[in-house]
Amino acid sequence: MGRKSISRLAGFLGASAALSLALTGPVAAQDTVRVGIVSFLTGPAAVPFGIPGKNAAELIIDAINEGSLPAPYNSKGLGGATIEARYVDEAGSVANQVTEYRNLVQRDGVSAVVGYVSSGNCLAVAPVAEEMKTLTVLYDCGTPRIFEERDYTYVFRVTPTATMDSVGAARYVIDKKGQIPNFSGINQNYAWGQDSWRDFVLAMKTLAPNATIDRELFPKFLAGEYGAEITSLLTSQAEIIHTSFYGGDLESFVGQATGRGLFSRKTMVMSCGESAMFRLGNRMPDGTIIGARGPHGVLARESELNTWFQKAYTERYGTPPTYPSYHMAQSLLGLKAAWDKAAAAKGGKPTPEEVAKAFEGLEFDGPSTRIQMARAKGHQGISETAYGTFKFNKETNKPEVVDIVRYPADCVNPPDGVTSQEWLEGGMKGAKCD
Amino acid sequence: MLLGLAILTDGLVYAAYLFIVAVGLSLIFGVMKILNVAHGAFYAFGAYCAATAAGMYFDRGLPDAGGFLIMALAALAVGLVLGLILERTILRLVYGKDEVIIVLVTYAAFLILEDVILLIWGPSSLFAYQPLVIAGNFMIGPLVLSGYDLGLVLLAVVLAVGGFYGLRYTRYGRLLTAVIFDRETAAAFGVNVTRFFTVTFLIGAMLGALGGAAMAPKISVTLGIGVEVIVLAFAVVAVGGMGSMEGALVGALIVGLCRAAAVHLLPQVELFVIYAVMALVLVFRPHGLFTRAQPRKI
Repeated sequence: MGRKSISRLAGFLGASAALSLALTGPVAAQDTVRVGIVSFLTGPAAVPFGIPGKNAAELIIDAINEGSLPAPYNSKGLGGATIEARYVDEAGSVANQVTEYRNLVQRDGVSAVVGYVSSGNCLAVAPVAEEMKTLTVLYDCGTPRIFEERDYTYVFRVTPTATMDSVGAARYVIDKKGQIPNFSGINQNYAWGQDSWRDFVLAMKTLAPNATIDRELFPKFLAGEYGAEITSLLTSQAEIIHTSFYGGDLESFVGQATGRGLFSRKTMVMSCGESAMFRLGNRMPDGTIIGARGPHGVLARESELNTWFQKAYTERYGTPPTYPSYHMAQSLLGLKAAWDKAAAAKGGKPTPEEVAKAFEGLEFDGPSTRIQMARAKGHQGISETAYGTFKFNKETNKPEVVDIVRYPADCVNPPDGVTSQEWLEGGMKGAKCD
Repeated sequence: MLLGLAILTDGLVYAAYLFIVAVGLSLIFGVMKILNVAHGAFYAFGAYCAATAAGMYFDRGLPDAGGFLIMALAALAVGLVLGLILERTILRLVYGKDEVIIVLVTYAAFLILEDVILLIWGPSSLFAYQPLVIAGNFMIGPLVLSGYDLGLVLLAVVLAVGGFYGLRYTRYGRLLTAVIFDRETAAAFGVNVTRFFTVTFLIGAMLGALGGAAMAPKISVTLGIGVEVIVLAFAVVAVGGMGSMEGALVGALIVGLCRAAAVHLLPQVELFVIYAVMALVLVFRPHGLFTRAQPRKI
């Protein structure tokens, strides 16, 4: 190949690259902000978590762009710039998620990413976000390890950690059942199930020191058949059974256990029960203690924002929003609050560093409750939580949660600078529940 | 006493579930020497079709007994159609190729079929709980057992006896046994091996789909249910010996009873025990418990 041919080829490649960048490159128009939304769109976690999260993202982003949210979020866009969303499926390996994250930032030119249900994905993506200096709001993963293991500048999590869910469950059990002599648990055999059970047991050790563990069962994720576990729980002495099951596992377990009369003898404590109660309807046993990983859905406080969210979501998707929808909504609203604050201070489009600075320590209202970015140097949110008791209303033919008890943020979350495990093992010192 | 009874009943129910999902896989491997990863998709399709059919049937308030029949027929029909499509369009192109290539081809088919499920039914889960409610409960001593679980055990017994009888005492079964034992010799004696491949694959696909239909009332029929099943079915078939009906039955019983014992006695090892049994068997019997001795060809 001669020199002339090479220079022609180089010219052609250069022109192609320029054209390609012009057509699909990462340069967004001045009045738009590209935001990556990552959630499970396929696979077992899509139905209970991923799709409700994505639905909420679509709803909130449309409302932000139209300026149709209730105050104080009724200004258009992020600092006036229209949000242009890029949706990515969270299904696949952790390595795949890291690649997809890089694609979002480098190929699609997003200015912020809001996403991730899986704790494994959150742990893997957070350092990459920091390396790429891209604002990232983790929306649903619960592991407390994210901010316990290192500090971040660009990574935030509005949603409190899973420790809050287990501590809230233990407090509700003691409030309603008193000093029970023993309890059992059935949780999935991977990090989520094991961590949830560990936190529940540690909280119970402080709140009911004489209570013993009767059965600890760890069927594998998506086991499908729970016959032996149900027999074991039926023959258990304990009246209370804790589970952090969700999705297909929860629905399959409830179906099989109902058929064998488990729920007429025992009381279940379901820390993720709210996400399945509308699908299960009257097959969810009355008397089940229900959590929603925060005071979300049927446990949410009345407010103009919540009324709007419930109504708009139900009209658009035909079902009320469950807690993953709330997690996504509050994450996007947190991003908007921080972005608007930074844009107002600057009087123009803020840099990622300016938005991050505005996000640190922010307090804002989500649809269900008030969020304080009060842990991990202002990067980790805390809020109150709530638990209640399931009841199917035969007159309205709708599921309800009654006897709701709320626990303040400082009652169910460890103090700043203390890891969840240290706090629980130390007897939850410093908890303020009044 | 109570503990022993609990382990026995739970083990039998789990073994029935394992046998129902593994028998089709074992049959296909025995005849065609194909490790059919797409079996998990047959199971999932069977569950989805049965759940859809059950929903349509029971919503109309029709007699309960017909619902069971409709679910089974829906699953058998989808197994037949999918099996025919897969065998005629893809598998026949790779007959005689290396076994690893065939595994990859069936894995690709599995992934495609999973996406077809998403395309048809979307990401929402389906329920077909009515048969579970209709079957009710019964007591053995202090243990509350599900009537539907008893039905699963009976179905497994029917499949095992039917399979055993069919292979031993029917002309087709004897010819199939000849193909399983040595396909070249069978072909030399005039057996149409290719036709046996097609028919066997269809039966295997229908059994896989029937397994899905049988489990549909007990589970939330959702994306990904075929993945776990295929892993379990492989474990059972590996214990019993690839291609052996008796092997699948004994493998399912061993795994089912060991798992039930683990849940009741040492729940921490429940996940591990199935694969520990498989590893232990393979150490002493590398081809499984019931694999026939292979004559060496010269």
